[in-house]
Amino acid sequence: MAAVDHNAPVEAAPSPHRAMLRRALAHGGVTIGAGLLLIIIVMAVIGPFLIAHGPYDQDLTARLVPPIWMEGGSWEHPFGTDQLGRDYLARLLYGARISLMIGFGTVFIAGTIGTVLGVAAGYFGGRVDMVVTFLISVRLSTPLVLVALAVVSIVGGSLQVVVLVLGLLLWDRFAVVMRASTMQLRAIEYVTAARAIGCSTPRILTREIMPNVMNNLIVVTTLEMAHAILLEAVLSFLGLGVKPPTPSWGLMIAEGREVLLFEPWLITIPGLALLTLVLSINLVGDGIRDVTSPEDR
Amino acid sequence: MLYYSVKRFGLALLVAVVVSFLSFQLLFLASDPAIALAGEAATEEDIIAIREFYGFDRPVLVQYIDWLGRFIRGDFGYSYYFNLPVSELILGRLGVTFQLGLVAVLLAIVVAVPLGVAAAIRPNTIIDRTALVISVLGQAMPSFWFALVLIVVFSVNLRWLPASGADSWQHFILPTIVIAYFAMPAIMRLTRGGMIEVLSADYIRTAKAKGLRPFKVLFKHALRNAIIPVVSLAAVQFGFMLSGSIVVETIFAIDGAGQLAWESINRNDLATVQALILLFAMIYVMINFLADLLNAWLDPRVRVA
Repeated sequence: MAAVDHNAPVEAAPSPHRAMLRRALAHGGVTIGAGLLLIIIVMAVIGPFLIAHGPYDQDLTARLVPPIWMEGGSWEHPFGTDQLGRDYLARLLYGARISLMIGFGTVFIAGTIGTVLGVAAGYFGGRVDMVVTFLISVRLSTPLVLVALAVVSIVGGSLQVVVLVLGLLLWDRFAVVMRASTMQLRAIEYVTAARAIGCSTPRILTREIMPNVMNNLIVVTTLEMAHAILLEAVLSFLGLGVKPPTPSWGLMIAEGREVLLFEPWLITIPGLALLTLVLSINLVGDGIRDVTSPEDR
Repeated sequence: MLYYSVKRFGLALLVAVVVSFLSFQLLFLASDPAIALAGEAATEEDIIAIREFYGFDRPVLVQYIDWLGRFIRGDFGYSYYFNLPVSELILGRLGVTFQLGLVAVLLAIVVAVPLGVAAAIRPNTIIDRTALVISVLGQAMPSFWFALVLIVVFSVNLRWLPASGADSWQHFILPTIVIAYFAMPAIMRLTRGGMIEVLSADYIRTAKAKGLRPFKVLFKHALRNAIIPVVSLAAVQFGFMLSGSIVVETIFAIDGAGQLAWESINRNDLATVQALILLFAMIYVMINFLADLLNAWLDPRVRVA
C-alpha cells in the first residue's frame, strides 16, 4: 500500500491505477485478447454442462460425422465426430480445460521459481547474482523440447507430470526479467530510504520491490502461459504428453493426422482453437506491456 | 578483448559441465538404468551384461566422470536399438538438421530484417500493421499444426510439393518455411525496435542534416547499429532450431538428428538420448559463446560489462 502511494516506477510515468485501466481498455490488443480469453475460459468452465455428449462417449455408428458447415453435418454433432464417434465439440471444450490447467499450473511453478531466483539475484547482487545468472545459462543451454520429451517418456505421461516438467523448465524468462527489474529498482531512492529507516529485508522485498515489479511479472506470466500451452500441445502431439483418451488439443491433432488426407477439418478445428487461445493470451501480455511501459513500444 | 574471451569461455565450459551432469542424471530417473538402457527387447542376460559393462553398482560420481571421459574422447556409447555406436548414428544424421536449420534461419533473416526495417521507418502504417499481424500470428501458431496445414494445402490439394521424405530439394521447402516462420517474429520485433531507437539518435539526425541520401543513412548508419542484437538473437535461434527440429523432422519424415531424437526416446534408447541432449547443449553453448564474441567485437561497450 505504502509503496504504491509514493510510486515512482522506473518504466511508467506516475499515474493512478484508474488511468492505467482506461489506457488498457483503449488498447485494441488488450480488449480483443481479454475478450477472446474470457470467452474461452467461460466456455471451458460451463461449456461441457451445456452439451449432451461427454468427451469420452464413443458411438461407433456415428464415426467421422462432418461438422455442421460441411455437407452431411447435423446439429446433433455441430463440430462432427472423430474416428471413434466421439463428439468433437465436447472434446474441444474439455481440451480447453486441459490447456488452461497446463497454462496456469506451469506458470505457477515456473513463476515461483523464477521470481524467487530473479528477485534474489537482482536485490542481493554479488555472489547470489553470479549463481542465479549461471543457473539461467544452464537452463537456457538445455534443449527444452528434447529434455521434456525424454523426461515424460521415462517418468510416464500425465497432466501432473507435464505441468511439473514444464514448470521446472520454463522459469528462465521469469528469472531474467525479475532480475533486471529488481536491479533497476534497487538503486531508486525509496528503496534506499526504506533501508535507511531500518526496514527489514523481507519487508523491503515484499512492500517496496514486489509491487513495483508486478507489471513485468504479469507480462512474463502471460507470455510463458502461452508458451506452456503450445509446448503441451507439442508433447501430446508427439505422443509424450497427456495420455489418450484425454482430450488435449495437441492429441486431437495427432489423432486427426491419421485421416489428414480425407478429413482435414479434424486438425483444422483443434488447431484454430489452439491458435486462438495462444493468440489471445499473447495479445493481453503484449498489450499490458504497451500500457504499463509505453516507451518500450 | 582477450580477457573477455577467456572469461566467457570459462563460463561456457562450466555451463557445459553442469548440463552434462544433468543429462547424465536423466538415466537415473528411470528406476533401473540397466533396464532402461537395454531397451524393450532385452533379455535378462542383456540387462545383467549391461549392468556389469557400465558398472551401475559404482558411486554415481565415479560413473559420471567415467561417462564424461568417454564422451570427450568421442565414445558416446552404443545404441542397442539401432545396433550402431551412438557417435556414428548421430554423425550420420546431424548434417541434414544443420542444413535445414541454417537455411531456415537465413530465410527468416532475409524476410524478417527488411520487414522490421520497413515497419520501423513507417510506424503505425499498413506496412507496420501487416508486419505486426505476421509476427503475432507466427508466435501463436503451433508449428506442428502449421506444418500439417501446409501439407494439406501444398501437397494434398495443390500437389505442388512432396509431403514427406528428404530425397530432393523440393522436400525441404515446406520444412524450411515452417522453421523459418517460427524464428521470424522475434527477429522482426528486435529489428523494428532497434531501428526505431537508432533512427531517433542524434547521429542519424546529423547524417540527414548533412544531406546524405536517405538510403545511405538508413542502411549504412542506422541498420548497422540496430542489427547488433539481431546477430546474437539469430545465433540463439539457430540453437533453438535443433530442439525444434524434432517436431518438424518427425512430421516431414526427414531422417535428421531431430527424428533420431524422437525415435530414440520412443524406443527407450537412453544412450542416444543422453548423447543428443549433451550434444545439442554443447552446440547451443558454443554458438552462444561465438555470438558473445561477435557482439563484443561489433560493440566494444559489451567487453567492459
